[in-house]
Amino acid sequence: MSLSRHVDPEDIIHHLQDLRIPAQSSYSSTGQTSHLTPFSHPYASQRDIPRYQIPADGAPGDTVYEMLKDELDLDGRPNLNLASFVDTYLEDNAQKLMAENMGKNLADNDEYPAMLSISNRCVSILAHLWGVQKRKQKETEGGAAQKDDKAVGSPTVGSSEAIHLGGLAMKRRWQERRRAAGKDTLKPNIVMGANAQVALLKFARYFEVEERVLPVSEKSKFCLDPELVRESVDENTIGVFVILGSTYTGHYEPVEAVSEILDEYQEKTGVDIPIHVDAASGGFVVPFSHAGTGGWKWNFELPRVVSINASGHKYGLVTAGVGWIVWRDESCLPKDLIFELHYLGGTEESYTLNFSRPGAQVIVQYYNLIHLGFSGYREVMENCLANARILSQSLEATGWYTCVSDIHRRRSPTTITTPLPNEVHTETSASYAAGLPVVAFRLTDEFRREYPHIKQQTISLLLRARQWIIPNYALPPGENGTEILRVVVRVSMSFDLLDRLVTDIVQVTETLMDKDEVDLSVLREQHRKGWPVVGKGKGKGEKKKEEAEREGEGKMQDGIHRSVC
Amino acid sequence: MVHLSTIPAKDEVNKLAEGLKKAHLQLVNDADSFTTTVYGSRFAAQDLPRHEMPEGEMPKEVAYRMIKDELSLDNNPMLNLASFVTTYMEEEAEKLMAESFSKNFIDYEEYPQSADIQNRCVSMIGRLFNAPVGTDETAGAVGTSCVGSSEAIMLGVLAMKKRWKNKRVAEGKSCENPNIVMSSAVQVCWEKATRYFEIEEKFVYCTEERYVIDPEETVALVDENTIGICCILGTTYTGEYEDIKAVNDLLSKKGLSTPIHVDAASGGFVAPFVVPDLEWDFRLDHVVSINVSGHKYGLVYPGVGWVVWRSAEYLPQELVFNINYLGADQASFTLNFSKGASQVIGQYYQLIRLGKHGYKAIMSNLTRTADYLSDSLEALGFIIMSKKSGEGLPLVAFRLPPQEDRNYDEFAVAHQLRARGWVVPAYTMAPNTENLKMLRVVVREDFTKSRCDSLIADIKLSQHLLEQMDQDSIKKQQEFINKHHTASGKATHNHPKYRREKHSLQGKTGKTHAIC
Repeated sequence: MSLSRHVDPEDIIHHLQDLRIPAQSSYSSTGQTSHLTPFSHPYASQRDIPRYQIPADGAPGDTVYEMLKDELDLDGRPNLNLASFVDTYLEDNAQKLMAENMGKNLADNDEYPAMLSISNRCVSILAHLWGVQKRKQKETEGGAAQKDDKAVGSPTVGSSEAIHLGGLAMKRRWQERRRAAGKDTLKPNIVMGANAQVALLKFARYFEVEERVLPVSEKSKFCLDPELVRESVDENTIGVFVILGSTYTGHYEPVEAVSEILDEYQEKTGVDIPIHVDAASGGFVVPFSHAGTGGWKWNFELPRVVSINASGHKYGLVTAGVGWIVWRDESCLPKDLIFELHYLGGTEESYTLNFSRPGAQVIVQYYNLIHLGFSGYREVMENCLANARILSQSLEATGWYTCVSDIHRRRSPTTITTPLPNEVHTETSASYAAGLPVVAFRLTDEFRREYPHIKQQTISLLLRARQWIIPNYALPPGENGTEILRVVVRVSMSFDLLDRLVTDIVQVTETLMDKDEVDLSVLREQHRKGWPVVGKGKGKGEKKKEEAEREGEGKMQDGIHRSVC
Repeated sequence: MVHLSTIPAKDEVNKLAEGLKKAHLQLVNDADSFTTTVYGSRFAAQDLPRHEMPEGEMPKEVAYRMIKDELSLDNNPMLNLASFVTTYMEEEAEKLMAESFSKNFIDYEEYPQSADIQNRCVSMIGRLFNAPVGTDETAGAVGTSCVGSSEAIMLGVLAMKKRWKNKRVAEGKSCENPNIVMSSAVQVCWEKATRYFEIEEKFVYCTEERYVIDPEETVALVDENTIGICCILGTTYTGEYEDIKAVNDLLSKKGLSTPIHVDAASGGFVAPFVVPDLEWDFRLDHVVSINVSGHKYGLVYPGVGWVVWRSAEYLPQELVFNINYLGADQASFTLNFSKGASQVIGQYYQLIRLGKHGYKAIMSNLTRTADYLSDSLEALGFIIMSKKSGEGLPLVAFRLPPQEDRNYDEFAVAHQLRARGWVVPAYTMAPNTENLKMLRVVVREDFTKSRCDSLIADIKLSQHLLEQMDQDSIKKQQEFINKHHTASGKATHNHPKYRREKHSLQGKTGKTHAIC
């Protein structure tokens, strides 16, 4: 190996810029250049594309288009990003609908009445899907003369907004109850598992509610432990966030068990604590998959569930930018949160954090709902789950990996439901444990004993070089000694691609097993520098946590959230 | 290594097993009926599912066509003069945006380039607002993209509230009753922000002559519990710029340290190009944060707004969440998480495609058109309430002259124009100017002079028509138009429970929230 001097890339670029030929007089600064192709413009070779200041003069549309398009080639390939739940595939027709309606503003109800009607239909369809109707029927059958629930709901930009809205409604109802009882409203709190997505914590922080984050354990399947809920609720609890589909391991949190515990609590103390179900990922998986939740109730069939949110842009199969929230009944949504907008004699009601926003995603959601229908969605979810099972089984078959997720494990025979007559020959997810189509896996203990120098992080890094994005991160507090690699199986993960993925994971692991510690230390160095650094120094206050980054092992209690949804 | 492979002969392709050759069935499967067009299918004769998911699938062409046809009932955006939101973009920009639909903006690790583009936009917009730049930790503006100005404003309010709270806690004083000072002409999201984050609102009311805040009165409302002052660069009613400099100077004179947030949702992309000398931005010491809508005069389709803080100091650290993802750390301060990246890319396209010169050219044209429309309406006898020649947004707010014997009001004119296809909204002004009704035309990029001429002709026509009618027939006709020509009149989706709320400015005083 020859000795080499340390090279600073910044320095080289700086130097190159000095060398650059000064703009020639034939290119007048007003941009009147000969325009043969988009590339016959100073931006193509001599001038930097403006980065930090709006340029004094513009440039032709096609030039700018090409420049930006080429620049965006550096973004990853959406389909190989196995880290994210967010849908990246759109059918051609859906893509067309999106493009045609790109300019429509969802907030402008008077101008776009047809779009508004479509959005209302989606809310209605989802409310039914989540059991609003069912409960009504049951009660009338049972003879209990309760008043009908009138579900209300709204499209949102994503589940984050939906969670803020759901949480705020719970907080306001709690305040109303307390004030009516003549009690103070100073210390509201909300209960959630440590596996909660960052949006749930944001809600608590921004709306000044104390967050009671319960640690997770292996026993609670790395999500909310109903037993701990019992000890953490009190009269100041505005509600419990229950997550249907933990983003870490794909386990569903036991909504019914939590509900029963809160029932007991109410019996004892008279304090009624509602549940908000964060079904960001599970809202479109549970109703369709044969496995369901594995036998317990999770939706509006439970009277304690007051609101449910789901992301249309996850398993709802729409690209980024749409979420949904539905409240079981109008009484769950305090009136003083709603604003009325009068407009040309008509009225609109609004409960959102965003106002003007694109409506195309809502249209595509409706397209998916009626194009796929129940059976179409079922097929997609079953395929995803089947692929996830295959991946889990293949990984475990290597003997190097073990899965933390459970969807590939058979259910105990007693709970297997008999398949429907027309589905006798195909194995469905009903024979397996319920969960999101997520594979969370880690190196086995034996493997780690044998090759203590191989870090899981390195596997993630090497897969990245093969264009796969598979994140490696610690489980939530309580179990954060364990690191997992996580693959989200989305609709666009075909069997063929899965085959390649398994091959690549195996090859990467084999390569690592052949190397000794010295070779691998190079890689770790590389990682410490921060693999692809984004928006260097210009981002929003990145300096604050640069130290944590250098450590390379940020944990949630240090304020570093590692899982992305 | 190269594999050798043979090319099969013709009879070897699709070779059937011996026994199968004779059993070649020729059956027609009736269940698979193909149709010539979408409209020949059974779906064309059925209702589209509205309330429950259909059990079975629908062919994709059919689903596409049905939804597209349904959407043709939406109005023509070109004739919508009510909204500030962009309805025209160049084809190249549309293409670029369509290609980015599947990109999730917050996925920094996967789409680093899109994230970098956001940072460039923040930097450009910050500089446009004369934000201080610096490299060390305390100096230098920070900013972020949002879904729209609503989110941006909520973030701004949250930051102000938290800073105030931190300060009060440090001083050992109570922090239970925060308040914020703002004009009564604010957009509804300010009311939302105060309601949702539990802040008391202190309004500076407008009068019949003054549609913006009065600096004296504003500063007089400030007390120790005031988290900040909201100033609007371009109110949604009359488009007038509030005198932010005067507020700033008064604060300095009184030795107060109250921060100002400038709501430049509409004006942020107009004032710097049309009246660059107007001091409203970070040139003023008290301005700590500014928000602007990219989807208004930033000339991008709906879904992008921006907020910039003077420096990281004004953005309390507790509000910023760090998200680590495969080694790349990102600080995040948003209310939304996953969202499309298209609009941010569209914004960058517009910024570098147009440059300062291009924006200036467009905004100058709009100002000219607005002036022309104002002059023409004045000639028609209307009273113009908006400012001219760049002293406000390119919009025209006007009302009928006070006249005892007239049978119709501004709302009647609006309804009459609606029947012609124009959406020109009528509003009741902010509180204390209650009886003041007005009409408003927003001059957007795609509103050319020739279209302006046809609008003027139609206004004249409807005025004539209304003058000839008596009170009864006007009333009847209005009801008819309201019922049959406007969408909101026909709407059935409004929940009866939430109707006629009494808690907002609108519920209390009858102020209409102008559409933005």
